[in-house]
Amino acid sequence: MPARPEPRLALDPAKVRKARRLAKRVGRPIVALAQEHTTVSIERATLRMAGLSGADPDGIPWANRLLDTVRADVGLDHGVALPVWDALVRGEAGDLAELAGKASVGSVRFRLPEGRDRVRARAAARKSVGAGISRLDASRRQRERLVKKWGDPKQRPWIYLIVATGDIYEDIGQAQAAARGGADVIAVIRSTGQSLLDFVPEGATREGYAGTYATQENFRLMRAALDQSSAELGRYVRLTNYASGLCMPEIATLAGLQRLDMMLNDSMYGILFRDINPVRTLVDQRFSRQVHARAGIIINTGEDNYLTTADAIEAAHTVTVSQLLNESFAKEAGLADWQLGLGHAFEIDPDVPDSFRLELAHALLARQLFPNAPLKWMPPTRHMTGDVFRGYLLDGFFNLVGALTGQGILLVGMMTEAVVTPWLSDRDLALQNVRYVLNACGGLSEDFHPPPDGFINTRARLVLDESIDLLERILAHSEPTHGAGLLAAIADGTFGLMKRPADGGRGLDGVVRRADDYANPAIDALEAE
Amino acid sequence: MSPIVRPYGDTTGDGMVQTSFTLPVPAGKLADGAAVQLANKMGLDPAMVAHSKAMGPDFTFFVVYGRAQHLVDTDAVTVVERDYDLLSPKEANLAIRKGLRRRLTVVGACIGNDAHTVGIDAILNIKGFAGEKGLEYYRELRVVNLGAQVSVPGLVERSLAEAADAVLVSQVITQRDAHLLNTMEMSAAFREAYPDSRRPVLVVGGPRFDEQMAAELGVDRVFSRGTTPAEVASFLVHELVTRRRAVRGAA
Repeated sequence: MPARPEPRLALDPAKVRKARRLAKRVGRPIVALAQEHTTVSIERATLRMAGLSGADPDGIPWANRLLDTVRADVGLDHGVALPVWDALVRGEAGDLAELAGKASVGSVRFRLPEGRDRVRARAAARKSVGAGISRLDASRRQRERLVKKWGDPKQRPWIYLIVATGDIYEDIGQAQAAARGGADVIAVIRSTGQSLLDFVPEGATREGYAGTYATQENFRLMRAALDQSSAELGRYVRLTNYASGLCMPEIATLAGLQRLDMMLNDSMYGILFRDINPVRTLVDQRFSRQVHARAGIIINTGEDNYLTTADAIEAAHTVTVSQLLNESFAKEAGLADWQLGLGHAFEIDPDVPDSFRLELAHALLARQLFPNAPLKWMPPTRHMTGDVFRGYLLDGFFNLVGALTGQGILLVGMMTEAVVTPWLSDRDLALQNVRYVLNACGGLSEDFHPPPDGFINTRARLVLDESIDLLERILAHSEPTHGAGLLAAIADGTFGLMKRPADGGRGLDGVVRRADDYANPAIDALEAE
Repeated sequence: MSPIVRPYGDTTGDGMVQTSFTLPVPAGKLADGAAVQLANKMGLDPAMVAHSKAMGPDFTFFVVYGRAQHLVDTDAVTVVERDYDLLSPKEANLAIRKGLRRRLTVVGACIGNDAHTVGIDAILNIKGFAGEKGLEYYRELRVVNLGAQVSVPGLVERSLAEAADAVLVSQVITQRDAHLLNTMEMSAAFREAYPDSRRPVLVVGGPRFDEQMAAELGVDRVFSRGTTPAEVASFLVHELVTRRRAVRGAA
């Protein structure tokens, strides 16, 4: 990471501290909620960590089959680990896959072990899951070795490009071409609606809707292909996917095991845009972030999404508030600053006077509030009209803000946004645009000192003030059942204008309150750090 | 004005056109020649390759300028009019607020064994599709998304309970014509449960539907591949606000 950038904005440090303190207070009840609950996906992630993979002939993953049987027999409030490893210790099956097969035909009955049986089951679970944790650690070390060998990108921001054909084998060719064209990070967009599946599909997939399914095998294939490209290009090309939706914890686990480098990981996206139950996904998010912390994965958060529905000027402070909350949740889960790809976007209406100056103010505010985080800067989408020439200019200004404000990760904007999925030539032109701007003014930030009482500083201070106000209002929100201001604020439509109550949305039936003797060796290991 | 026109570059009648494309040919003289040949076949003559650039080892990108040889007769242009206006979310909200003075309730589901919620979610979820926000984004629409594998009686029951103005059904699976049979079962059930004047607008969608089949299936509209949320919202406004009001006015 580059040295801490020199501050450009005259912000009151006391206010910055206050904003962080408020964010932490808002987050506290959510953390408590996560500590009091588990979910079906967290329990399945635990099984996957211990090496369970594969699916039955109908394509239902063994992790789901085994978990559903255990849940039906003894419930999930004690965790899946004790009943499962108790059955293995009793000799019901030789390994997890065999046990899942037997469970799915009803030839095993699970029980909650007591006394010495419980001690034995717990030790066996710890050993199996511990092997998975060691594999996460090994992946992380392997990445560190390869980055050392092949090197990081020479420039900041890192250039982030998307591929999405639906066919993993087609994706591989496109990803390798994109890497050759200058991409430092490849993101494989998921099939539309995978976030709503309560299972992770298996194997290499060749058909998807506007994207490619996230599966363990697809992860493995793409990472291997990018390792080839990295060796060829002499720089480590990173791979990104999505730990979001109903299977967030499992996908985070698979990403860690298969050495993915970055993961989109933000509950708010699923809550607002996919109507996933807020409690489910906030509980899932904590576990996912603990896995990402351990696996050395950089998370990307989705604040840019708010601005696709709400006005980018009026709602600028909701981005800041969400970044502060995401930082607080991430730190609590063990992530370090270098792992926080907090999101924001260039979405102000270009017809608004001074739109570019406003963008600069917002981008600088994020830069200065999170000086050591690799901020993820997202291109215009909402005001891309189909006029590709104007779009190319807008993307150029977007790139300029990225260069001028020292963003960490730059998602390359396509002039054909809102027209077609990017053509080969669109990607090439987009990369030329980025390269031109970074070449022409990559160092411009050192000459850029907006006057303390000028437009940019004034605007940034206003957004910070509005953020503090909003955090205070969230704290003041009272909701009798959960006592958590944030859940009430989400229910009220504070973010992205969507109202999402805590007892609505998908996946609530997969949330279980932990019993006093709940045991999960994965959580024990992840929290032991 | 003459009905016969040519493209306009900087002089009336110059016919100048600019276009860009990629050929799967390595950059070089051969590639440039191939680009001119394509431009000629597109009716550009003379054609000039203003820019050509290698994109990787196997492709070349071109910007070509040329004089279009074709004439356009504006009298011979036929415009296919959509039978309803395409509205932006703002316009749709306004039309509902003014015309109905209440929110419009939309119930959506995948019926039968179909577990593919991709289609219904693309139309209903705020995330939307093709850069357009889904119906949840519309302030004046109240969306109840029942998800997958909803039974037909369950759908009718929920529609009654929610006082649905419109019911959206998505069908992806086409094995043994399941999408057609399910749709007919659904429309029959709604006809049975509702008096004709009170029946919600029935809309079915999916990648393999033929948009001409609405009458045969007993629904008010069929949407096929590539339909965007704004098209669906605009149709609902047309049916429920614009058209119903017109009918009432005539009666």
